[in-house]
Amino acid sequence: MKYSRFSTNLKRVIIPRFFQYLVLTIAVILIFVPIVILLFGSVKTTGQMYSHPYSIPNPPNWSNIFNILTTPYFWTLMKNSLIVLVGTTSATVIICALVSFVLARLPFRGKGFVFNLFTVGLMFPINVAILPVYFVLRQMEQFGVNVIDSLWGVILVQVAFQLSGNIMILRGFFTAVPVELQDAAYIDGCTNFGFFWRVLLPLVKPSLAAVSALVMIASWNDLLVPLVVLNDNKLWTLPLGTMQFQGQYGQDLALISAFVALSSIPTIIFYFFAERQIVSGLTAGSVKG
Amino acid sequence: MSLFSTANHSGIPSGSKNSMRRITNSLGIFLFLLPGLVIFLIFVIYPIFRSIYFSTFDWNGLGPAVDNVGIQNYKDILTDKVFLKSIINVLIIIVLSLGIQLPLALLLATLVGRDLPGRAVYRTIFFLPYVLSEVNAAIMWMLLFNADPERGLLNGILVALNLQPVGWLSDMKVVLFSVFIALTWKYFGFHMLLYLTGLQNIPTEIEEAACIDGANSFQSFFHITLPLLSSTIKTSVYMSVLGSIQQFILVWIMTKGGPVNASETMATYMYRFGFVRFDLGYGSAVAIIMFIFCVVFSLIYQQLTREPDYLTGL
Repeated sequence: MKYSRFSTNLKRVIIPRFFQYLVLTIAVILIFVPIVILLFGSVKTTGQMYSHPYSIPNPPNWSNIFNILTTPYFWTLMKNSLIVLVGTTSATVIICALVSFVLARLPFRGKGFVFNLFTVGLMFPINVAILPVYFVLRQMEQFGVNVIDSLWGVILVQVAFQLSGNIMILRGFFTAVPVELQDAAYIDGCTNFGFFWRVLLPLVKPSLAAVSALVMIASWNDLLVPLVVLNDNKLWTLPLGTMQFQGQYGQDLALISAFVALSSIPTIIFYFFAERQIVSGLTAGSVKG
Repeated sequence: MSLFSTANHSGIPSGSKNSMRRITNSLGIFLFLLPGLVIFLIFVIYPIFRSIYFSTFDWNGLGPAVDNVGIQNYKDILTDKVFLKSIINVLIIIVLSLGIQLPLALLLATLVGRDLPGRAVYRTIFFLPYVLSEVNAAIMWMLLFNADPERGLLNGILVALNLQPVGWLSDMKVVLFSVFIALTWKYFGFHMLLYLTGLQNIPTEIEEAACIDGANSFQSFFHITLPLLSSTIKTSVYMSVLGSIQQFILVWIMTKGGPVNASETMATYMYRFGFVRFDLGYGSAVAIIMFIFCVVFSLIYQQLTREPDYLTGL
């Protein structure tokens, strides 16, 4: 009796579990290979990189890391990326919250039109739109609005192309708030704005955090907009600076590895803290469509 | 007379109050929408029209656009072998993504499942590449794809196994697959995440019932799990195709669309004409064509995958 129970357990649970873990572990190793090779490379000398390109660095050589961290180049990139991140994220979240509130909770004429207008943005991603957007930036420049070679330009374009997706996500979250709360707020004399500010926003803080996390990742990693908007290397952001660095020192693989590793670290740290928000934002957006 | 005055007393003040409220209400809605609409109209909608306009010019960006060539740009693009090649490349990436990357993500999501101890750790690890920047991902893979077996890990392994090294990024026949490997590494975690969430929403009772009725795991997967995941799969396919149509940065950094256009995508083609050769009229025509592809695909896909109302419930 005991034996047969063990054997069914073995057949039904233990063996499948073993294969589950086996396949998943292989996948984990494959995921880690590029990252580990990069981290190894980042603490090698150029000589070690050529003689033992994919072994554990022994002894580790911190000079590349040290050199990068002591040059202003890296810190300028970080600073610019941070400015863009803060600007894009705060503007996107505020604007999306306002629009999503109106779309989710208030009846008005032309609502369908506004909604459909914003869905156009989903079919016109920045990778397709970059050249058309560049025309508009140039035109604004002619009117004396300084957006080319300016972090403002990067922020504005990033915000514009973050709107559609995040409005859809937030609208979903906002719709989920029970309508009874809205009725109760109106009976207590709240205006629309009062309901939005005092009742809705405190309730949807987690979804605002989710959207913020998504926008932060997108803004921090964005290469295309800074690439097209910024010429002056004092304004470059981290991805743009990394790409240019790779172009300049392409042959020194150890140095490149160190630079890429350093520029990945902020993202990875952020990811470990904000994983829950990122995941809830992404899945909400895609499930609601 | 008294009738009129009553009407005046009860009607006008309350009427004006109502209309006042309606006006402040509409004004409020307008103000809420204003910042979003302004930025969106200026930077997303207006550029479409601006671009349609410029796409009819032969224009290098210096001075005003004067040389109107009608639809010549479109004719040139649609007969340019390189552009057709880039469409084929995008189609290959789409086919590979739907045929390999998504099933792989689904397989791993099913393996992680709902109750595997350590589930959260696997999710964290598989999703990690998605949050790294495309620039960094591209450079990481360039290190691995380095053709010199002394430096690139992949060729190092091949040589150690007594096989011929492969020109991962320099062989015209291989390069697109190398790009696809990097793309898969970067993006499968996103699709896996969608599937994991989808799986989470399937009540375990259904699968337990099937198990009691004698279904084995394969039957249960194909007849129960898969159909119940269909709406998640639809979303993931849509995202994958739209992502492939606009694929740019990974390809641009790793290969610049080369060698000899072997890994050209529509987006690298557009970037080359718009920002490298400064053939802005031609580039905008490419952008419009890509936009049309995205719209047409989205509309057709929505029509094809529309479910009867009783299934969506939304």
